[in-house]
Amino acid sequence: MMDYTKTKNYLDMDLLRFTTAGSVDDGKSTLIGRLLCDSKAIFEDQLEAVEQSSKQRGDGYVNLALLTDGLKAEREQGITIDVAYRYFATPRRKFIIADTPGHVQYTRNMVTGASTANLAIILVDARKGIIEQTCRHSFIASLLQIQHILLCVNKMDLVDYDEGVFNKIVEDFTEFASRLEVPHMDFVPISALHGDNVVEPSANMPWYRGAPVLYTLETVYCGNEFNHVDARLPVQWVIRPQNHQFHDFRGFAGRIAGGVFKPDDEVMALPSGFTTRVSGIHTLDGDLDEAFAPMSVSLTLRDELDVSRGDMLVKPHNVPKVSQDFDAMICWFSEDQNLQTGRKYVLRHTTKEVKCVIKDIRYKVNINNLHKIEDDLNIGLNDIGRISVRASSPLFYDPYRRNRLTGSFILIDEMTNDTVGAGMIL
Amino acid sequence: MHSYNLSHIKELESESIFVMREVAALFEKPVLMFSGGKDSIVMTHLAAKAFYPAKPPFPLLHIDTGHNFPETLEFRDRLVKKLGVQLEVKTVQESIDKGRVKEEKGPNASRNSLQIVTLLDALEALGADAALGGARRDEEKARAKERFFSHRDEFGQWDPKKQRPELWNLFNSKKEMGEHFRVFPLSNWTELDIWQYIAYEKIDLPVLYFTHEREVVNRNGTLLAKSDFISLLEGESYETKQIRFRTIGDMTCTGAVESKAFSVEDIVEEVAAARVTERGGRADDRRSETSMEDRKREGYF
Repeated sequence: MMDYTKTKNYLDMDLLRFTTAGSVDDGKSTLIGRLLCDSKAIFEDQLEAVEQSSKQRGDGYVNLALLTDGLKAEREQGITIDVAYRYFATPRRKFIIADTPGHVQYTRNMVTGASTANLAIILVDARKGIIEQTCRHSFIASLLQIQHILLCVNKMDLVDYDEGVFNKIVEDFTEFASRLEVPHMDFVPISALHGDNVVEPSANMPWYRGAPVLYTLETVYCGNEFNHVDARLPVQWVIRPQNHQFHDFRGFAGRIAGGVFKPDDEVMALPSGFTTRVSGIHTLDGDLDEAFAPMSVSLTLRDELDVSRGDMLVKPHNVPKVSQDFDAMICWFSEDQNLQTGRKYVLRHTTKEVKCVIKDIRYKVNINNLHKIEDDLNIGLNDIGRISVRASSPLFYDPYRRNRLTGSFILIDEMTNDTVGAGMIL
Repeated sequence: MHSYNLSHIKELESESIFVMREVAALFEKPVLMFSGGKDSIVMTHLAAKAFYPAKPPFPLLHIDTGHNFPETLEFRDRLVKKLGVQLEVKTVQESIDKGRVKEEKGPNASRNSLQIVTLLDALEALGADAALGGARRDEEKARAKERFFSHRDEFGQWDPKKQRPELWNLFNSKKEMGEHFRVFPLSNWTELDIWQYIAYEKIDLPVLYFTHEREVVNRNGTLLAKSDFISLLEGESYETKQIRFRTIGDMTCTGAVESKAFSVEDIVEEVAAARVTERGGRADDRRSETSMEDRKREGYF
């Protein structure tokens, strides 16, 4: 086996970000605990602390959920309140888990976790089958453009490892998922508690020919996370060194949100529309021949153009949409106030911040069956709907489906400064 | 075919640089909290990259407990010179002298939690509206719930239940007067990532991280270095051991590990094989199950 601790191998590993969703007591934390434990990402002192707490709580077994539920209130109430991020690596890959709670009222957290994920693990209790929450979680994964769902049918030990139970759930889910936009789906029967099909194939389910959970995570294709077609550089900051050596240096710094930039490429600055060429791509470690998403770079340009934060560098033959008016799917996060048409919000999109007003609420989605609701347009906490927005100045955007980084925005309430909504431009 | 796939370490580097540039652009007066530990050293390295060829547009802020290893301070001064940035030092001693905090008593007395007041006073005095820190989510379970942009109220407090959701790479930096943000560009790095990166980038570190002989006392399983700030309890004695430090904090609470790791490569191997977290040797985290959360709520790093 390759030794991934050797620096060269380690640096070559790629990264998979995944999110986990399930209802309360679906065994999600147990699954994560097991992945961390078996990949040796949990240390002895952490395990010891969990054993201690479990004993004190009278859990009767080592409650691995305590590994992820770190806050006082969570331990007291035995629930997960917030997105917790966990890390582990195998010789093949490094993983970031966004562990999100399954309660009905915390859809907000699932959207948050899903926004940066390449894959979603959705847990189902083998005894209960596909329930409303499964549908909700799958819909959110699809809405956020997660490319891969891994449906884990857990607690197979409680249904005697019955193949029929598993097949029925797969069938039900496949039927529901035909209405989603998730290109890849895998199904694994597991018992997180006993470790069946988590890291090692299960001897209790010889009828299952597929891979265990970990192997799937290690091998699933994750190279399509970024758009490498449409060149987009939202300008974050202009680097102007105040010294002799770099007297006239003006570096347009940012993280590439799509496509590829090379020296001599013709580029257009938005909103001005002026064009010039890239004179160089600079880093502390030397100049680069090309830059692509998600690299953080700084570009210098041949001609002196007026470009500042919030502007975008693109290619003249492939420009994003430039408009003040657009439609978007919105997920609402505010506990205090519903989304209000006619009201002004602060909108953050790429590196740009503008004011906006909600012109219209077109419909609300019943996230349990994906039906459009047109007679109740109240969008409150955890609701998802389609809205029309007018921004105070034009945004440079792509549809979210084409580019997650140039198609997403958040809404901020001016009174409370809270992040009240997450939007995906259609 | 040409592959446009960034390795995970490069992706993390790029993410951290992005976050630092956001901080520079979104805040009036950011500072970088510098402790002399490896994470804050990596932070300065990333800051140099983020703004090259200009200098990082924020000063370093060091909260000096007065219980630092002398090696840390030497290293700090050399680094500041090399980076050409400004250094602000605020001391816990000053907070004690002004009567802002009271020194702990007893053999396990530490100035660790006193730093909170010094830090909050310093941020206010400097008019800092954002403080960049090198905390990572893998360090501790309360930190696992931390945001990149972490809002602090006018008393510098963290309310874990009222955190703003953080989506994509869009950060909400809105605040009222007197409030501030803590920003953690290394959120997604693990201890092993940090060491691998140090090896790859050949980043200079204080000698404390490498093996050396030192007189230490074993207190409840933690090996504490001999210093003026430690007094021996009955039955305790110093012994000379071949040790190094996995983290660097105060001499009063930073535990050493027995190690022969001579180079960064040795350390990488040691970290990869380690069965105890790096904070496992920190007496400050052992005080209670939620001691990190408690300190963070009050305004800790």
